[in-house]
Amino acid sequence: MAPILKIEQLSFHYGDNPAPVFANLDLSVEKGEFVAVVGGSGVGKSTLLKCVADLAHSSSGRITLDIPERHASRRRATVFQDGRLLPWRRLRGNIAYGLKGLNLSKTDQQARIDEVLALTRLTELADRWPHQLSGGQAQRAGIARALAVHPDLLLMDEPFSAVDAITRQHLQDELLNIWQKTGAAVLFITHDIEEAVYLADRVVVLSGSPARVQLDQPVELARPRGRNAEDLQQLAHAIAQEL
Amino acid sequence: MHTSKASFWVAHPVGRALLGLAGVVAFVAIWKLAQVTGWARAGTIPDPFRLPQTLLDEWRSERLLPAILSSLVHYVWGLGLGTLLGFLVGALAASSRWTDALHAWLARILRPIPPLAWVVFAIAWFKVSHAGAAFVIAIGVFWVNYFATWSAVRNVDPKYYELAQAFGQQGHLNRALNVTLPASAPGILAGMRTGIGQAWMTLIAAELLGVPGMGQEMNAAAGVGAYEAVVIYMLVISLVYTLSDTLFARFEKRVLQWRPS
Repeated sequence: MAPILKIEQLSFHYGDNPAPVFANLDLSVEKGEFVAVVGGSGVGKSTLLKCVADLAHSSSGRITLDIPERHASRRRATVFQDGRLLPWRRLRGNIAYGLKGLNLSKTDQQARIDEVLALTRLTELADRWPHQLSGGQAQRAGIARALAVHPDLLLMDEPFSAVDAITRQHLQDELLNIWQKTGAAVLFITHDIEEAVYLADRVVVLSGSPARVQLDQPVELARPRGRNAEDLQQLAHAIAQEL
Repeated sequence: MHTSKASFWVAHPVGRALLGLAGVVAFVAIWKLAQVTGWARAGTIPDPFRLPQTLLDEWRSERLLPAILSSLVHYVWGLGLGTLLGFLVGALAASSRWTDALHAWLARILRPIPPLAWVVFAIAWFKVSHAGAAFVIAIGVFWVNYFATWSAVRNVDPKYYELAQAFGQQGHLNRALNVTLPASAPGILAGMRTGIGQAWMTLIAAELLGVPGMGQEMNAAAGVGAYEAVVIYMLVISLVYTLSDTLFARFEKRVLQWRPS
């Protein structure tokens, strides 16, 4: 079975700067797989994700998405670090925004919105304005908006880095729950190795200048995982050595 | 005890209203004093106590209401056209690098010209008419709205366009309606509100070219030394402006209800 996302020999440099941020990067994500990309700041983790999301253009290399067009769905959806809700739309309206152009009937659209609101436990807050949401709620709303388009690939750019530690743990568990229900593949960018090991099937380490794939480490720990379990901590520690 | 008294005057709405009233009364008292003691040369200062009677006279002589209505005609036309064109040109100029470069020099040359300098052409093109006064008002309002819209559209946070792109929201019209317009609405509406005030500033001066309205009535009253009548028109202008500004502020608040208050 072909991977859902295949990145081959990808390089990226900003504008006139001849030194690439990352170079000759190879990475693939299988259908339904949860892959975390970790690395220090400046290695181009977010840029890599933007390339996959078609929000930035790589200098060379190839990105292949093996995702057939399906009716009323987008092939990939992005969750941003800052939640990025449109402040002039209520929560419900923000979710609806991603559905525009999918030719859903009014009823289907409502059903989609209600479905993801329930999945992210935001039903009660559907009529709030974004500024009336906490950081964690805004982040869940961003996830809800992405899920509503029924993507096959979910692109997440450090989605939990701006929320407090306790909220982060809740959101991580919710994400795992949602991921198992939807079966979408996830490409998850983070600088937190423990988070990566806790969530992912595979952890990819980027480092160096230009950055390359330093390590591609399967995480073969049974789910549900314990955050403080010794094997998880050991693996996180081993990965940290590569950074 | 002392602090609770103080907080009544500055914090309680009744206290604040009484203080506000006291300010007005004090102003009128000083004004009256200036008049009776002869601080101001006799005949150059209106008598504040005669204002109610003057208001009644102006009303009865059927000058006040027609003057207000006439002023409103060119006010509404000038304001409406200036706002609409300012918004359209500002939005168009800001929405592409081509249009921006194309208009940049022209705007820099024309914008500093005071609206009243256009009175000459207003008379030449429109004679002494509502259209002439509206034209002069529209020019002032145009630049206010043009600049507010231009900078609001230019300053839309690019992260919202990135979001649109990420969710497959393509097309100029789609983005204009769903991102640019709502994102720049606070700046655009602030410009419109400034324009409402700007229009009043230009209105009176524009009417000096002879178009019937409050400015002309003021001028006529001043000519015969009827300064109380001048003050009445000044107060009416203040009242109409306050009304229109309040109405617009409500509209603005409704449109921008998504903003944290």
